[in-house]
Amino acid sequence: MIPDPWAAVLNAVIYLLLAPVVGGLIAGIDRKITARMQGRVGPPLLQPFYDVGKLFEKENLVVTTTQNFYVLSYLVFMAVSGALFFSGGDMLLVIFAFTLSHIFLVLGAYASFSPYSHVGAERELIQIIAYEPMIIITAAGMYMVTKSFYVSDIMQSAVPVVLYLPGVFIGYLIVLTIKLRKSPFDLSTSHHAHQELVKGVTTDFAGPNLAKIEIAHWYEYVFLLGVVYLFFGFNPLLAIAAIIIAYFLEILIDNTTSRVKWQMTLRSAWLVAGTLGIINLGVLYYLRMVVVP
Amino acid sequence: MQVSQLLIFLILFPLIAAFFLLFARKSLERNWIVKLAALAIGAVSLWLLVAGFDKGMMMYGVSGKVLDLAMLAIELVIAVYLLWLGLKHKKYSVVILVVIQAALLLWFELTFGHTLVELPNNLFVDQFSIIMAMIIGIIGSLICVYALGYMETFHEHHKEIADRRGVFFFILFVFLSAMFGLVFSNNLLWVLFFWEITTLCSFLLIGYSQTPEATNNAFLALAMNMLGGVAFVVALIYLGTLDPSGRLLELSTLLTSGYAIAIVPAVLICFAGLTKAAQMPFSSWLVGAMVAPTPVSALLHSSTMVKAGVYIIVRFAPVLTGTTEGLMIALVGGFTFLLTSCMAISQSNAKKVLAYSTIANLGLIVACAGVGTYNLMWVAILLIIFHAIAKSLLFLCVGTVEHRIGSRDIEDMGGLIERMPKMAVMMFIGMAGMFLAPFGMIISKWAAIEAFIQAPFGLIFIIILAFGGSATLFFWSKWMGKIISVMRNQENVEKTVPQDKWTVLWILTALVVIVALIFPLISSALIEPFIMDIYGQTTRLAEANIIIMLLMLGLLILMPFSMLLESKTPKIAPPYMGGRTTEGGMKFHGSLGMSRDLVLSNYYLRSYFGEEKLFMVGVLACWGIILIALVMVVGVVL
Amino acid sequence: MSYLTKSPWIIHYDASSCNGCDIEVLAALTPVYDVERFGIINTGNPKHADIFLVTGSVNEQNREILKNTYDQIPDPKVVIAVGICASSGGIFRECYNVMGGIDKVIPVDVWVPGCAARPEAIIDGVVKALGILEEKRKAMKRPAGDTA
Repeated sequence: MIPDPWAAVLNAVIYLLLAPVVGGLIAGIDRKITARMQGRVGPPLLQPFYDVGKLFEKENLVVTTTQNFYVLSYLVFMAVSGALFFSGGDMLLVIFAFTLSHIFLVLGAYASFSPYSHVGAERELIQIIAYEPMIIITAAGMYMVTKSFYVSDIMQSAVPVVLYLPGVFIGYLIVLTIKLRKSPFDLSTSHHAHQELVKGVTTDFAGPNLAKIEIAHWYEYVFLLGVVYLFFGFNPLLAIAAIIIAYFLEILIDNTTSRVKWQMTLRSAWLVAGTLGIINLGVLYYLRMVVVP
Repeated sequence: MQVSQLLIFLILFPLIAAFFLLFARKSLERNWIVKLAALAIGAVSLWLLVAGFDKGMMMYGVSGKVLDLAMLAIELVIAVYLLWLGLKHKKYSVVILVVIQAALLLWFELTFGHTLVELPNNLFVDQFSIIMAMIIGIIGSLICVYALGYMETFHEHHKEIADRRGVFFFILFVFLSAMFGLVFSNNLLWVLFFWEITTLCSFLLIGYSQTPEATNNAFLALAMNMLGGVAFVVALIYLGTLDPSGRLLELSTLLTSGYAIAIVPAVLICFAGLTKAAQMPFSSWLVGAMVAPTPVSALLHSSTMVKAGVYIIVRFAPVLTGTTEGLMIALVGGFTFLLTSCMAISQSNAKKVLAYSTIANLGLIVACAGVGTYNLMWVAILLIIFHAIAKSLLFLCVGTVEHRIGSRDIEDMGGLIERMPKMAVMMFIGMAGMFLAPFGMIISKWAAIEAFIQAPFGLIFIIILAFGGSATLFFWSKWMGKIISVMRNQENVEKTVPQDKWTVLWILTALVVIVALIFPLISSALIEPFIMDIYGQTTRLAEANIIIMLLMLGLLILMPFSMLLESKTPKIAPPYMGGRTTEGGMKFHGSLGMSRDLVLSNYYLRSYFGEEKLFMVGVLACWGIILIALVMVVGVVL
Repeated sequence: MSYLTKSPWIIHYDASSCNGCDIEVLAALTPVYDVERFGIINTGNPKHADIFLVTGSVNEQNREILKNTYDQIPDPKVVIAVGICASSGGIFRECYNVMGGIDKVIPVDVWVPGCAARPEAIIDGVVKALGILEEKRKAMKRPAGDTA
């Protein structure tokens, strides 16, 4: 049911303060492991923090001042949706707030009217519609297993969610690759070097705006990995192991695949992830309705 | 004034205004009549809200024999007129349908005319009727006021089209009158009468410009709506056969008379609702109706007339709950939602996008009503309110933009934030109202998912919502992105928009935001008591969630002000074009120093979401589902 | 603590170079030299960059592009002319179409001569540039961490 308000607010505040730190560390570990996989030494672990610190020291070069508004909204609503998630709120509301924040990033890219950010924005939209059905199916699946949409309930549920939702879990991992902007689905912008659209969505953002986008990404990492936790809520240690293994898999896939076209992205997300999710839920539905009413 | 008098005023007053407008020759007279009438209708609708919101269902008798005969006479006159028009334009499908419907109606009168007992309560009003009345009275009147300025510009731009504005406004107000009659009628014969009047108004207004394209689309709309009308009359005949005293013709009685009696007319009348709400396979008339002037699209084909179709389905939802027939109707709505949302992605004509979006949202309402559990009913009514406001705002904005930039193609609306800044902001808010949290439609989608998951076979609808919702996200976002692009050095063309239009647009924009803020109030004052009366239990969003949504809305309203907090003038740089020199309006220096234009267009993904392919799929699927429902109904009859 | 010296992002532009110096620049990113351990990332986007690495002698076609790219790098920024062609025109100095050294178009902070300049020299030049970058940052007279 609805979580206790004081606990909820406390959790939200802890998230708002700690998530950038944790997210930044995750980003740092990511770069280190990637470097080692490529036979290099790699940057220090705290490098992402140095990057963001440097970006705040740069001057704010914009194409239009509306970009400041869009980026700030992106950051704020990303933090809001993550805070809602960690305070135990309604999963669907979290998803909608999450989508809202991404639309702001897309609008920020559209605002500058450069070909790179324009195409990046279109691709970002395709990415969004690629993963959105899957995360709604995830939320619906979790409801079917735990009888609640509230994250607080799902987290504390003793039911082994992942055993009932294996298809949904695999589908979620596929769209997680899209969300984390990892190859093969890093269409709209990528953390590695150049990519075909210069920097895609983030092309025309500089200095502080870019820093805010990076911080928003950190909030996002913590939130997305938190959803992985929900699949294993019945055993916290197993959950943390699952998160580590899942993220390591993502890094591995990132370094061993090359980017695909948007058609393949949309197809794999909708067909593969959707089919896995739909079949999983269908089987669950049948079992619940017919076998164990 | 008593509530019954308010109802009669709302039905008759627009009719009187209409006749004055028919004979008003000068623009000045017309302007004044329309504005005063709009004000009166809006005010009385609000009065009705205040007087009636806490009284539950109230029924009123209006002595009827003369009225019934008058209605029959008018219907036959209309039938003859349509017959003549159909023959003149060689539209034989319409001719056949008119003949069938008139014949059935006459047969009904002849067979049951003498056995029909006078119904005690021909009019009624409950919270749902009040909500519909508010939509018709406030949004409808606002659109009529907007139409004054719009039609002025329309005729300036299209000198080849005959100026029949007297007739135009006459029909608009007759339509308003008919809509009020529809939502206040308790007698199904009266509902049919007003229903057919709205069909006629739609036909005449679509064909207003009298071009061949308009005429063809008008007849298409007429044919499809008449098909629904025929089903409606068949339902009435069935009810007459069951009980010749005509007691079952009273809506309130019919709705509570149980499955065996009510399911057959329910399916038939819901079929009529499907045609009027342009659900697949009948969606082509609404898309084709976009050739009409924009106020027509806004009033009839998004906020009001098509809402009559879903209104009647929502009325019958208690009968459809838990039945397979209801599920079939819901599936028609669901598939329509999914397919038309996808089809909208591939359209670049702004009005077509809005049309497909309207059909999609109506499909969602139908899906909720068809499954018909108490919480889905709550969602359906919320959807009706939010959609009516946001969609009419968008249509009116598109109409104004079209007149200023000369195109209704989204690709030409690039950089609107500089060329028509206030307009672009309003469109932004309207679009946000259609798909972004924490505005109305997303609240409804959220509640819909939470309601469907508890309903039988709800999983199908959750999948439909997940994929269809994503599709809507795509086409709204790319349109939004188009209008907020800053192309620099564009000329501002919105200063010529007349004040009337601005007033209407500002009011509608404010309503989008206000309704998102106060929907808990609307829910507890109107929707929840309505649902409680019917189902004995009701639902609402959890209070904590409402607080969170209001906080988000507040945050969203405050965020743009962050742009005012800039401590210093920012450094502006051109967008990155590989180092090429750019000029305003996005010309850049190409090779050999020649100045070239940059054109950026949206993705339309036509190979995935093309109109023809998806249309075929939808038509086949939905005809299949409807036939199943009709076969089941035949089974019940036999 | 200055973050700028811990996270210098470069943008590399080839102003009609023979690609010799370009290859050496990119070689610096490979595992042998691995400049990412200093936090250096090769972004292709001037708006994200701090250090502008330019190779090649500038000609009429790309002098405007060089200027535009330089303008789109937010302050504080440094320019490193890599290779003798970028420094003075190299062996192409007398050609009719060559401007002869990028300092004719944009202000240069560090020159790295060589034909082709070796990766160690380029890295050395970048380290020198970091010091200059730090001074420019201090000279900007704005509080660090402007978040407007």
